[in-house]
Amino acid sequence: MSDAPLSAPSGGIGRSARVAAVARGMGHRAGPVVAVVAVLVAIWYAACLPMNVGNTLLQAERAGAVVTPEGPAARRQMGSVALMAANPSLLPGAWSLERPRLPAPHQVAVALWDGVAGQSVTSARSLVYHAWVTLSATLLGFAIGTGLGILLAVGIVHSRVMEMSVMPWAIVSQTVPIIAIAPMIIVVLYSVGVQGIVPKAVISAYLSFFPVVVGMVTGFRSPDAMQLDLLRTYAATRAQIFGKLRLPASLPYLFASLKIGVAASLVGAIVAELPTGAQAGLGARLLAGSYYGQNIQIWAALFAAALLAAGLVGLIGLVERGLLARMGMGQ
Amino acid sequence: MSAPVVRAEGLDLTFATGDGSVHALSDVSLDIGRGEFVSFIGPSGCGKTTFLRCVAGLETPTGGTLEVNGMSPDAARQARAYGYVFQAAGLYPWRTIAGNVALPLEIMGFAKADRRQRVEEALALVDLGGFAGKFPWQLSGGMQQRASIARALAFDADILLMDEPFGALDEIVRDRLNEELLALWARTGKTMLFVTHSIPEAVYLSTKIVVMSPRPGRISDVIESPLPAERPLDIRDSAEFIAVAHRVREGLRAGMEAL
Repeated sequence: MSDAPLSAPSGGIGRSARVAAVARGMGHRAGPVVAVVAVLVAIWYAACLPMNVGNTLLQAERAGAVVTPEGPAARRQMGSVALMAANPSLLPGAWSLERPRLPAPHQVAVALWDGVAGQSVTSARSLVYHAWVTLSATLLGFAIGTGLGILLAVGIVHSRVMEMSVMPWAIVSQTVPIIAIAPMIIVVLYSVGVQGIVPKAVISAYLSFFPVVVGMVTGFRSPDAMQLDLLRTYAATRAQIFGKLRLPASLPYLFASLKIGVAASLVGAIVAELPTGAQAGLGARLLAGSYYGQNIQIWAALFAAALLAAGLVGLIGLVERGLLARMGMGQ
Repeated sequence: MSAPVVRAEGLDLTFATGDGSVHALSDVSLDIGRGEFVSFIGPSGCGKTTFLRCVAGLETPTGGTLEVNGMSPDAARQARAYGYVFQAAGLYPWRTIAGNVALPLEIMGFAKADRRQRVEEALALVDLGGFAGKFPWQLSGGMQQRASIARALAFDADILLMDEPFGALDEIVRDRLNEELLALWARTGKTMLFVTHSIPEAVYLSTKIVVMSPRPGRISDVIESPLPAERPLDIRDSAEFIAVAHRVREGLRAGMEAL
């Protein structure tokens, strides 16, 4: 008993120091991230109350609850905050409406989970199915856009004429709203017999080639004058200068462009599904949700698209880290 | 004496810039014999780097004649007459040291087996034999500059053009590299053209010191060094050394006063 006060604190210090070290390690990374997410979710839940209050009270009244004031007509004269203040006990109903204006986070999560895991992947209700339809067009468009972007950048770096004639058009192409030009591209391609995945991929490529052009022109030009002089002293050809210096020097720029490009590709593929009344794809899912007032479905499709984009960007990041490390350029 | 390796006769170079023209080289005449170690020293703007770039065919003189190995600088470059070492090592971060030294060999189309042997020999010449597989960022600044010298030596050109190669290094590293450079020169018998702004470096290394002055860039003195071929570092405390250094300093001052 006499040595307990001595040993206990020392053991306690050891443990707490370890716990503190772990907490510090976590605190630097996970802690703030979790805190930010928690705050956003809390704001979201809070926002559901005023957004859904009218609907919530209507449902409650139909179910026999006492609502003040009585009757939808009377309530329409009042603001959301006043209605919330008058019926505090009925408010939690705002988080479980069947057709909410703003669905609660858990409703979206359930719909997302159901869409991803609860359906056969060939079902029209499966988000995996719709995501794949969009993803296939995204990847095709991304490949076309990246290839085209790199080719244009090679041309621009090597030819002054090409720089002056192509670059302005590339910039102009990005100032046109994609939502305006997408239907025209689809109609034009349809009239020459092209349909299916290709028109979507073209719109996807239209958005993704630009960051690749800009990034790769910068990357190909990143070697300084001394590096170019060195190769001149070896009497290197233009092709050798490109292959030995410009191309490897541009790789870090390429990956930055690809990350922007792949996200733009996904946006392009989704936008391409909107004006055509497409039957499948995340865009079609968004459109159907808005036709039928299925806000939960819209939000679930939005989150599916966001997760898909995050996955694609993360995948490119992995390839980047692996490749640059192999080339000795990973820090 | 055999035909000069570099022969400049009344060389002139004027750059056209946004705000008027710059007279970078004015009436520069100079002969450099085989196996000489020639330093170019002078304040910035005196045209020492420009002259080196003209020899390499990186700048085109606007007047006079310049021959390298009896050819035009452009033809000499095509014939791989020289290796060029810049102020910064400029190693490719994505290539190992061996890969960097092999770069000129790849561009010039040497066979793979030949390449490997030449890389090994060039790295041995600069004492970097054990670092072939390392990446540049794993080496100190002095070692990187040695690797860049190995790169210039790899294809065995007769002439080595060096543009302030040790300018960015600290005094201690620079002393050691100077000593190693002299040993390398003695072993290979190459003709060295060496640009510097350090008087001790120029006097210590050279058989001939070309003092230049600015606006317009011109030669104000050419000093044949009386120092022996064998030069330990402490030769810098000898009376002969100090006398040569004094003459270089006088030449630099005269060039500035003439302005």
